[in-house]
Amino acid sequence: MTILFSKKRRRPFRLPGFSLTLGFTIFYVSLLILLPLSMVIFHTLSLNWQNFLAIITDSRAISAYKLTLSTSFIAALLNVIFGTIIAWVLVRYQFFGKKFLDGIVDLPFALPTAVAGIALTSLYANNGWIGQFFSFKIAFTPIGIIIALTFIGLPFVVRTVQPVLDSFRTEEEEASASLGANRLQTFSKIIFPAMVPAILTGFTLAFARALGEYGSIVFIAGNLPFKTEITPLLIMTKLEQYDYAGATAIAFVMLLASFIFLFTMNGLQWLIQRKYSLNRSR
Amino acid sequence: MTIQLENINKHFGNYHALQNISLQIQQGELIALLGPSGSGKTSLLRILAGLESLDDGNILFDQKDMVALSAKERNIGFVFQHYALFNHMSVFDNIAYGLNVRSKKRRPTKEHIKAKVMELLSLVKLEDFAKRYPAQLSGGQRQRVALARALAVEPRVLLLDEPFGALDAKVRKELRRWLRKLHNDYQITSIFVTHDQEEALDVADRIVVMNEGRIEQVGTPVEVYDNPATPFVYDFLGNVNLFKGCLQKGKLVNGDFSLAIPGAEYQDLSATVGYVRPHDMSIDTTPSDSNIAATVTHIHTIGSSIRLEMHRADTNEYLEAELTKNNFELLTILKGDTIYIKPKHLKVFTPEDFSI
Repeated sequence: MTILFSKKRRRPFRLPGFSLTLGFTIFYVSLLILLPLSMVIFHTLSLNWQNFLAIITDSRAISAYKLTLSTSFIAALLNVIFGTIIAWVLVRYQFFGKKFLDGIVDLPFALPTAVAGIALTSLYANNGWIGQFFSFKIAFTPIGIIIALTFIGLPFVVRTVQPVLDSFRTEEEEASASLGANRLQTFSKIIFPAMVPAILTGFTLAFARALGEYGSIVFIAGNLPFKTEITPLLIMTKLEQYDYAGATAIAFVMLLASFIFLFTMNGLQWLIQRKYSLNRSR
Repeated sequence: MTIQLENINKHFGNYHALQNISLQIQQGELIALLGPSGSGKTSLLRILAGLESLDDGNILFDQKDMVALSAKERNIGFVFQHYALFNHMSVFDNIAYGLNVRSKKRRPTKEHIKAKVMELLSLVKLEDFAKRYPAQLSGGQRQRVALARALAVEPRVLLLDEPFGALDAKVRKELRRWLRKLHNDYQITSIFVTHDQEEALDVADRIVVMNEGRIEQVGTPVEVYDNPATPFVYDFLGNVNLFKGCLQKGKLVNGDFSLAIPGAEYQDLSATVGYVRPHDMSIDTTPSDSNIAATVTHIHTIGSSIRLEMHRADTNEYLEAELTKNNFELLTILKGDTIYIKPKHLKVFTPEDFSI
């Protein structure tokens, strides 16, 4: 053994336990993520190409993709705007009940999604507390879906932006002010750029979560094919009809879309990070 | 630009951080605010910059009242200890920032800004670094960028908050020289905060020594070093030996030893302290009636001077003396030897001297 090691001239890692922890990580990720996902592909493979194409390009499926993607995107965007404002308020100001408000932000995480769905539906239905004031329908339309997705995605943006704002040094703001910038300029040129990576992360998480959301939507969406039927519900419908292959085929499309999306966002993050901090010349 | 501070007071909660600070600064002066941490020097600088509010008092820049103006309106250049560069902007954009945020009417053209930034980059000797980001620079380079950024807006006064505090000794010395030279070339009124007495003595035209929210002494480096106005200044500026004792008929009695203090003939004090700098100690190898026996406990060689640490048996106190290498070699002192020392002159603060 000693001869082998001296021949290879292996440099010891600075931190011990690398192979053990890496091994565990790979095993854990495989068991928890890759194995279940491979079952999707495995089931899909039981279809031939023609059938597969027919299922995934079915007009009902396509309108479901469109609905899911567009509502998720709009909801994530809304969360970026309002989540950032909430994070700003929670970090920058001192007021009575701040801790309480801070705790409430996490509620959408803790609440069973079905409960959220029922609560939102009763609020926004035509005769609901809020729904009655609008001349157009909210529940059982895409607007209702967007509301539900905004609800469940809110904590992501708040919780990613908050620590960044928290650690932001006031010195940089003071430097900006002493150089003659007004508050708006200081925010847009100094503070906001520092928040962008966190906002992107929050957006990614909220969007990814919205893509797969099911529980809170089923009640408020109304589930009309071609109108308010989201992709996860279409998969569910197919499963209820024992059409496992059809369900997994559509699931595969969603999986691919999610993967491409996450990959792109990570790439974007990496580019930003690299630009500002990581490529130090040593 | 002249700066006038009148009776400035500042509280942080119950803590009286600045107490009746009054100070006059002439056009083109380079002033050091020197003091230990918590002495109020940084608070004073931040109040001058408009980054901190004051409770009462006046700040006049060229006789014009500044108190009501915000940092943005005071036209000052501020340099922070930890640089406070904008990390997402290149060096060029950092320096151009103060010009770019000006209103359309006052903003120079793009070409002007570029020329100005390049001029400043060459001033701080970072011409090749315009496209780099702050994370890619060393500490000394970052602080030079911060200085260039502050100078870009052509401030009327330059305020520096421990500008070299985060840098290593060699870079600090280099930048110190460079700041001195910059100041000589541009004659911009500058105030810098430091807790490093050597830095203050080396760079400043005048030093303002602060302690516990008050000004202890204002003067040129020579004045404050040679004629400290208070025991605090004596202690803070350079090393000092203390002779605790009592004053009897103009003599300081301390252990087995007594020394006449000129100018204190009519004073009798039961407890007082005599101060003497280590280089004001004369050293002998033979005893006499006016010197003190002490044992050498350590001999340090610091460059061209020798520092002796000694222990006095009679009072059980430690003393320090500094002498030149030549003197040291003539005396042939070894560790453990008993030598005889005598303060060349001893400064005693009688109560009138530092009563406030």
